[in-house]
Order: sequence, then C-alpha cells, then structure tokens
Amino acid sequence: MFESFDAILLARAQFAFTVSFHFIFPSFSIGLASYLAVLEGLWLWTGRQIYLDLFKYWLKIFALAFGMGVVSGIVMAYQFGTNWAAFSDKAGPVIGPLMAYEVLTAFFLEAGFLGVMLFGMNRVGRTLHFVATLAVAIGTFISAFWILSANSWMHTPAGFAMNAAGQFVPVDWLAVIFNPSFPYRLVHTVFGAYLTTALVVGAVGAWHLLRERTNDGARVMFSMAMGMITVVAPLQIFAGDQHGLNTLEHQPVKVMAMEGHFQSYPDGAPLILFGWPDRAQAKTLYAVEIPKASSLILKHSWDAPLKGLDSVDRKEWPPVAIVFWAFRIMVGMGMLMLALAALSLLARVRHRLYDWPLLHRFALVMGPAGFVAVIAGWVTTEVGRQPYTVHGLLRTADSASRLDAPAVAASLLAFIVVYFIVFGAGVFYILKLMSHPPHRGEQGPNRGEPVRAAGITPSPAVAEKIAMGGEA
Amino acid sequence: MPFTLDLPVFFAFIIAFAIYAYVVMDGFDLGIGILFPMIPAGRERDSAMNSIAPVWDGNETWLVLGGGGLLAAFPLAYGVIFSALYAPIIAMLLALVFRGVAFEFRWRDPAHRAYWDVAFNLGSVVATLAQGIALGALLQGIAVQDRGYAGGWFDWLTPFSLLVGVSLVFGYGLLGATWLIMKSEGSLQERCYRFAFGLGIAVILAMAAVSAWTPFLRDAYWLRWFAWPQVLFTAQVPLLVVIASATFFVSLQRQHHYTPFLMTLALFTLGLAGLGISLYPYVVPPVISIWDAAAPHVSLMFMLPGVLVMVPIILAYTAYSYWVFRGKTGHEGYH
Repeated sequence: MFESFDAILLARAQFAFTVSFHFIFPSFSIGLASYLAVLEGLWLWTGRQIYLDLFKYWLKIFALAFGMGVVSGIVMAYQFGTNWAAFSDKAGPVIGPLMAYEVLTAFFLEAGFLGVMLFGMNRVGRTLHFVATLAVAIGTFISAFWILSANSWMHTPAGFAMNAAGQFVPVDWLAVIFNPSFPYRLVHTVFGAYLTTALVVGAVGAWHLLRERTNDGARVMFSMAMGMITVVAPLQIFAGDQHGLNTLEHQPVKVMAMEGHFQSYPDGAPLILFGWPDRAQAKTLYAVEIPKASSLILKHSWDAPLKGLDSVDRKEWPPVAIVFWAFRIMVGMGMLMLALAALSLLARVRHRLYDWPLLHRFALVMGPAGFVAVIAGWVTTEVGRQPYTVHGLLRTADSASRLDAPAVAASLLAFIVVYFIVFGAGVFYILKLMSHPPHRGEQGPNRGEPVRAAGITPSPAVAEKIAMGGEA
Repeated sequence: MPFTLDLPVFFAFIIAFAIYAYVVMDGFDLGIGILFPMIPAGRERDSAMNSIAPVWDGNETWLVLGGGGLLAAFPLAYGVIFSALYAPIIAMLLALVFRGVAFEFRWRDPAHRAYWDVAFNLGSVVATLAQGIALGALLQGIAVQDRGYAGGWFDWLTPFSLLVGVSLVFGYGLLGATWLIMKSEGSLQERCYRFAFGLGIAVILAMAAVSAWTPFLRDAYWLRWFAWPQVLFTAQVPLLVVIASATFFVSLQRQHHYTPFLMTLALFTLGLAGLGISLYPYVVPPVISIWDAAAPHVSLMFMLPGVLVMVPIILAYTAYSYWVFRGKTGHEGYH
C-alpha cells in the first residue's frame, strides 16, 4: 500500500477541502432557514411590516447561500465513488441507505419548496408561502439528522455484522441510526449552526447600527440575534461538554489527542491549555497546564486516572497537533461567544443594546466566529477519527479507490481553483447584499414579477419596461 | 420462498427512473444553457432564465438521488463506475458548480453578467458532454478485478463515448428549445421553433448512429437486439422512434406549443428503454450484474418503505411546484 500513500493523502486533502467548503453553507442555511420561518411567522402573526422587510432582506442572502450549498453538495454525493470506492463498497450497505433517506426526505423537500419560497409570494398567497418556508426550514433539519447519523456511525459504529465480501451489513437499523455518538453530535452541530447564523445576523445588525443607530431593521435583527446567542451559547458549551464525555467513552484516543496527553496519568491528569504536541518525541512541548484539571473535567474527580497515547500503538494515533489545535480554536471561539452573550445581556438589562458602539464592534468582529468554530470542531472530530474511516474497523488506507496520484492531484487543483473563483464571488455578493441597510418595502428575489415594476430592479428587461412606460 | 419480490431488480428500476427523471428535467434546463449564446442578451435571455429559475435545483436533486441511490442499493457498482469515470465525473461536477451559481450571480452582478452567462453556457455544455461520455464509456464496458476498477485513467475516452457525448448535447438542446416553445411567446418562441427544427434532425441522426453502433460493441448487445424471437419486441423501439419523430416535425410545422416538448420526451423515453434493453441485467457491463452489485437484503428492505412512500410524495409536490409556475414566463407572462 505504501506506493499509493501520496495518492491517499491527496484524496484526503481533496475530501477535506470539498467537505469543509460545503459545510460552510449548510451550517449557515440551517440556521437562516429557521430564522426566515420565524420572521415570516412573526409577520403573519403581528402584521408588522418590519418583519416582512427583514424576511425579504435575508431571503436574498439565503438564495445565494443555498444555491452554493446545493452545488457543493452534489460534489460530495459523487466523491465517495471517485476517490473512496473501497469504502463505498464496504460501508455503502450501512451509510448508503441513510444518505438515500436524506435525499428522499430532505433534499427534495427543500428543493421542491425553495422555488415557491423565493419566487412564489405573489402566486400562492401568504399561508401557502409560509408553508413553503416551513418546509424548507424543516428540510434543512431533516437533512442534518440523516447526514449526521451516517457520519456518527463512522465514529461509533453499531448494529451491524460483516459478510463474506467484507461488507458491513446492517442488523439493527435503530442501533445504526441512533448509534452512541449520534444524539450528542446532532445537538452539538445544530446548536453550532444556530450560533453561526445568529453571529452573522448580529454582525450585520451591528454594522448598520454603527452607521445608523436608528435603523429599525438593524435594531430588530441585532436584538433577535443577541437574544439567540444569549440562550444558545451556554447551552452549546454544555452540549459540547457532554459530547466530549461521550467521545471519551467511545473514542478515547481522540480525546487523548485533543488534550495533548502523550503520557498516562495514574493520579490526575493536567489540563494543558497551550503547548506544541511533538509526535516524534511523544511529548507536548512548552505546555502551559493546570494540574489535575483535565481529570476533573473528564472524570469529575481531581485524582481520577487518565490514560495517554502511550497506552496505544503509534499506528493508532491520529495527527495529534492538528486535533489539539483545532480543538483549542473551537473552544476559544465558544468562550468568545459566551462573552458576547454576557455583554449583550448586560446591555439589554441596562437598555443600552442599541447605543453601545463597543458592543457593536465586538459583535461585528464575531461575525465569522461561528464558521471558524464549526470548521475547527469538524476538523477535531474527523481528523481525530484517523487513521480509520470507520472507527476501529476500516482503515483509511484500505478505503480508497485504486488511485493514481497525478489524477487526484489534478482534480484537487481544479477543485481549489474553481471553488476559489466561484465561492469567492459568492461570498463577495453576499457581503455586498449585507452592506445595504435593511429598509422599508424591501424587495425579495422575485424577478419578472409585477411587484418589480414599482421598485428597484436587477433585471434590464424590467428596467426597459419601466422606461417604456410600463406595459403591465 | 413462496413470495419473492426481486429487490435488486426493483431498485434497478427505481434508479433507472431517477436517472430518467434527472435527464428529462435537468435536461431542459441544461439545454437552455447550451442554447444560451444563440439567444440574444436582454429580454429573451432573462425570460429563458425565468422559466427555469424556480425549478432547477429540484431538477438537480434527481442527480443526487441517482448517485446516492446507487451508493445505497448497488454500492459495488457505485465505487467501480465512478472510479472508472473519474475524469468525466469530476468535470461534470465542476461544470455543474459553475452553471448552478450563475443562476443567482447573473442577477446579483449586472456589471459582470456577460461573464456569468458564459459560465452558465460552458458549464451546461461541459456537464452535458461529460454525462454523455460517461454513459458511452459505461456501455462499452468497464474492466473490473477484485471488486475494484482495473482499467486506466483514459479508458473512457473513445470515438463511441465522444459520439454519445455530442448526441446528448443535441438532445438536451432539443429539450431546452421545446421547453422554451412551451414557456415563451413572441420572438423567443419563434427562435426556438427554428432551433428545434435543426436540433430535431441532429438528434434523430445521432440516435440512429448510436443505435447502429451499440450492437457492435459487444456480442451480448447484438444478440439482445437481433436474436429471434425477441427481435419482434425490440423492433418496436425503432418503430416508435419513427412515429414520435414524424409527430414531432408535424407539430413544429403547425406551431403547436406543447407537442414538440412531449415528443422530445417520448424520444428520450425510447432512448432510455433502448439503453435498458442493451444493458439489462448488467449494471457494470460486462461482468457485474445487478444481483452481484446489490446491497445486502436488509439494506434494500430498509429503503423499500422509504421509496414506496416518498417517491410518490416527491412527485406530487414537484408537480405542484411546476403547477405554481405554470404558463408563459417573461415580461408578459403574469397577467
């Protein structure tokens, strides 16, 4: 297998690159779809124009993000086959049906109603339109359910047997779907998506508050986002802690890498805050540590023994430094989110939510923090599963197609170039939309519809029509 | 066993259906991308775009079902086929990225709309070519050893696969042109009648060429098509193609709005039926049959209720979303 080492490394890089890029969009659109449903619901309930304006404001951004999520997701559906044929053959009988259910129950729901949600307000009426918005929001959640079930099974496989062809054969589907790490991962990831969206919405609100303190739209979105963060950030830290304990139970080696524990500690392990994990020396260099704190967090006892990486074969080690640092980045972002939550709560209690520029600046720079945390968390858990694709059972080296390094390298390069151009442009357009303050009578993305004729239009066809005196 | 529903065969039909649904639905929106340079910028292009904007991502979801369903029901075939067709599949994915984002980007950035229109066109052409080439390469057969692909990186590139690729470009172009005949009026519609005439001739010639070549690729295909007595059955396919083609040209002549699209659908249906006749029961010719590649019984059983319940529901709300956006689109289409 050694001669194909480079090809496998390239294939892993390709998967990591495409999945990380893809993951950015759903982690934003899961939360944004729910936010849109809340805004439209509030509008229908209270009849206040401002909710409709905000709904249309964010709908345009949603359309862009969702489109990019769709196209980067199609890539994922095929990449298992192109680069990971052996994995597909062996694990396909278990994870394939979970992904098929994702397509059947979620993707079609989202895609089928997205058109109505984006362009159909004038065609179907308010109630049906709200149903479409809800369908899209629920679809994003169902999608997260199935894909995280499949992903969690790769971490904590359960409910299966092996057949003569070396395939994993499902025996108990409930055990497969609700495998041990799934509930924790689902809650942790969905909270992550909600926080990501709230941070973005909060940053956009803060940006416009800094420029125009009286903008009602900016006030409402900032207040809603800060409220969401205040509730979810502490819950997320609790959920993350529970997920960590679950990982300690089922994938202890991953936790050893996260903690940078190369040695075993028979009477209380230190919490290493920072340091440089050196794989060759099997030691975390320059460690800044709190004695016995790791045992307290993980075992709820100062003196509880904790095993280190020295207790397992080196061939079972994940890349320690990546896992160690990705974990710290995620936790650091979480702590900053908690700080933002606390400050915004303080501001709210003192009625200074809209006139405290320092808070707005802080919220502004925290805009991308959710994405950073989500990707860092993803890297922690996925790299921490190495050197396996199915934890403990199927090695990454035995999962790949018969790959040729030049072919993988060429396609990796093509992905990097194309994604950089396309998604770079997409992010630029999203930022451009966000830089416009929300205003009364906000236009949605309906194009070519009569409502366009009365407002600002991106379409030269309609512009022509207005110039010609409006045939409509 | 007294009762045997042959699950692998059932799922082969489901996946064939997903591919069919994908081909006809994404076919017309890819086809509009293919025709884009020949549609003048401005009003006509915008109304062509408006006619597909609400439905394109639903259409592409069938591609995800085709791929995901293949992984779930025939994991061995999924791995072998996509590693054999590495280059065309990656090219298709990248092309779909370009054209997919162009839908939104061209509206968001009028200053660079011309660039995104080019991206939309090239993405559509490359994705279509890649799909056709992949299909042609699959028909030729794929080298397999030890449950893995055993051929080289350029096995997919042959005169036959290129012929199928170009044929599919004509085919999707025709779907796009006849879709626009249905959804547009005035100058755009007139233009599409002209496109449809030329593309109709090209498609029929291409179908004839591919059909004539296929039986010579493998003896098994020859026997399947020409052995007595099943030739009585298989001969119906070319006969129906002749009838559908004749109806197509007559309906163009009489400027019908719906019939040209429906006849194009009929041609695609017959093409897929012909493909099924050639391939069955192999999913990776010449060695892996659908039973060899099928996932274990439990996996298929688990998906059965999902497919039986969800596919009709999906079809229902897909039909609903087409219904919502029914009628002519464009600047005059909403009154």
